[in-house]
Amino acid sequence: MECYLDNSATTRVLPEAVELMNKIFLEDYGNPSSLHNKGFDAEKYIRSARDSFADFLKCGKNDIIFTSGGTESNNTAIIGAAIHYGSRGHHMITTRIEHAAVSAPMKFLESRGWQIDYLDVDSTGRVSLDQLKELLREDTVLVSVMHVNNEIGTIQPIAEIGELIHSTAPDCLFHVDDIQGFGKLPLIPSKLHIDLLSASSHKIHGPKGVGLLYVSPRTHISPIIFGGGHQNGMRSGTENVPGVAGFAYAASEMYKHMEENQKHFKELHDYFVSEVTKLDDVTVNGSAEFGAPYIISLTVKNVRAEVLLHALEEKEIYVSAGSACSSNKPAVSATLKAIDVPRFALDSTVRLSFSAHTTKEELEYTLDTLKELVPTLRKFTRK
Amino acid sequence: MFQAFLLKYAEVGVKGKNRYVFEDALVRNVKKHLEKISGEFDVSKINGRVFVQCANYDYEETVEELKKVFGVVGICPVRVLDSMDHDDVVKAAVEFIGENYPDKNFSFKVETRRANKSYPIPSMTMDADAGEAILMAYPETHVDVHNPEVRLHIEVRETVFMYSKTIKGCGGMPLGTNGRALLLLSGGIDSPVAGYMVSRRGVELDAVYFNAPPYTSERAKQKVMDLARQISKWTGPIHLHIINFTDIQLYIYEKCPHDELTIIMRRYMMRIAEHIARQNDLLGLITGESIGQVASQTMKSLFCTDEACNIPVYRPLIGFDKQDIIDLSEKLGTYETSILPYEDCCTIFVAKHPVTKPNLNIIKKSETKLDEKIDELFKTAIETDEVVLIGNEER
Repeated sequence: MECYLDNSATTRVLPEAVELMNKIFLEDYGNPSSLHNKGFDAEKYIRSARDSFADFLKCGKNDIIFTSGGTESNNTAIIGAAIHYGSRGHHMITTRIEHAAVSAPMKFLESRGWQIDYLDVDSTGRVSLDQLKELLREDTVLVSVMHVNNEIGTIQPIAEIGELIHSTAPDCLFHVDDIQGFGKLPLIPSKLHIDLLSASSHKIHGPKGVGLLYVSPRTHISPIIFGGGHQNGMRSGTENVPGVAGFAYAASEMYKHMEENQKHFKELHDYFVSEVTKLDDVTVNGSAEFGAPYIISLTVKNVRAEVLLHALEEKEIYVSAGSACSSNKPAVSATLKAIDVPRFALDSTVRLSFSAHTTKEELEYTLDTLKELVPTLRKFTRK
Repeated sequence: MFQAFLLKYAEVGVKGKNRYVFEDALVRNVKKHLEKISGEFDVSKINGRVFVQCANYDYEETVEELKKVFGVVGICPVRVLDSMDHDDVVKAAVEFIGENYPDKNFSFKVETRRANKSYPIPSMTMDADAGEAILMAYPETHVDVHNPEVRLHIEVRETVFMYSKTIKGCGGMPLGTNGRALLLLSGGIDSPVAGYMVSRRGVELDAVYFNAPPYTSERAKQKVMDLARQISKWTGPIHLHIINFTDIQLYIYEKCPHDELTIIMRRYMMRIAEHIARQNDLLGLITGESIGQVASQTMKSLFCTDEACNIPVYRPLIGFDKQDIIDLSEKLGTYETSILPYEDCCTIFVAKHPVTKPNLNIIKKSETKLDEKIDELFKTAIETDEVVLIGNEER
């Protein structure tokens, strides 16, 4: 039985989305900027996608920029804000557990003379509002906090953070990296004082290579890609029409089934966690209270994550290593370090992530396999 | 513009009565290499050299490919003249110098060779006439008959050709003139270089890789296949044997002292390699070992490893420093792949302090602890042998 439990890495594309995209590739392949009807037919897909996303995010349809994916959305938000608001200040705040698509542009700004403050997190992975309050300054240009952490699933108190920024530093922009939450846990930017929000298509059964950035009406970021002035000059380059249409289709399915999906995730999560923790020395990181139920970070003591991953792959179970750590190139997960897991856990943590299509049978099979594998793998460890 | 190449070889030329064997192999190999690139080529043997006539070809690409043919010491780009007329030859000599040497401040000499004795003009006359014309055209040049910086060769055969430069070839002996051997390929920096070094002496390669799933990944295996593919550009197609080594490794781990794990493991690798070699008529093993590089490559460790098999083991890097090996691997284009951070079977269970001075008797005694199951595991491991032919697709 194939069990794909790596849905936070990427997902299978919905067949209906593929069908729709196929039609666009083969029939409606015009360039939306072309003046003829073939171009207009293509433009209609973009318009309709824009309408759908505006509906999901309860925003204006011109508040959405289509990008090449989550990484570009995050880069546009951070670098674009830095360029436009650089005269106001050179200070940003983010967390210690961001994805590299946020932390790397922040590092880049640091190298260009910006001051970046990093919020600590507690053992569940949550930031503290008090610390944020202390760090917020009049010249803080942007605060960037992810909605759902990609490694341990922790959900940040986005509403409270938005409220705090709004009341204490109203000029400061609030960016949310929602790549692991979009379509699964709803956020309405305008209600939560979110100015910038990044989402990605391929995490929700859409195609790879497409994402979006929501930009609130009051926000003026600079584009970071220049050219023919597409999308009101905010993101030049011929629109990825099939990608955008596939993304919109996938998102509409997610929004349509959001409630039942949440229930399904919760059931899977509770079942799996209660069973897996019966194994000796197996623990779950993060917190049940503040965690997204579709991401489970599992520490299996005395088993190297990479070895467990490959042993599971032999049984057609696909997970990811919470921290890629090999003898040749130690790369320790910033998130796991930030939540202060014991040292051994850095090297012994895997992540399982579910989709709406994950079944209880798959998890039963995974649990049986773990029960069989873990004791054997524990016999052979590096001394 | 050049219309041909003259390929020079050195050692091939001194092989007495066997000389034709080496020359024929060289011609065959040059043809095989040139099949990989676009162009029309005619390869033939003349007077101790290989002559390659080219049409519709790319100069740079062809030179790069010829540099990968073992046995070729020098590659001379040749201009083939349309006319044999004395005045035309002299004119072409002037043009040749004009086109190929932008800075004319050098000494030169013209050396004519008249293989076609029916040609009416003696070599000396041609030398003098061409030399004079060049001096007249480019007064900055001067003649030095003893130690010239540029030797312009004019050869008179059925046509006349002209060359002056020699591009260094990779040397060695033509492939296929010295049997086959088995390379132990780990995925590190050294073993691909070792394979290249031995193959350069005319030896064709098989390779063996010890796979240890789930401790090593498919990407580690892919890495080894990529390395084999890269060196096959010189060595020709490689049969890569992939052996599942996990069970043997775990059994050694269970039964033997941990600090001896690596050395005992390597002894079993040598035994399996010997088995594969004998089954496939391979005449020796090749490893990338270099004295003292790591614990398993001290003289005492090598003494223990070597004792495990009864087949010649070639270690062409034995006296190399690490940096020399790295330099070579960069030249071969294997370095970038070699340093990809995937675990290989040698590192997964390595002890913090492995023995550096193993005693053979103690190692042998430890190995007796494996008596119960090792023969069976050995047999099973051999049965997992998966053979992949690498580097054939380009031929």
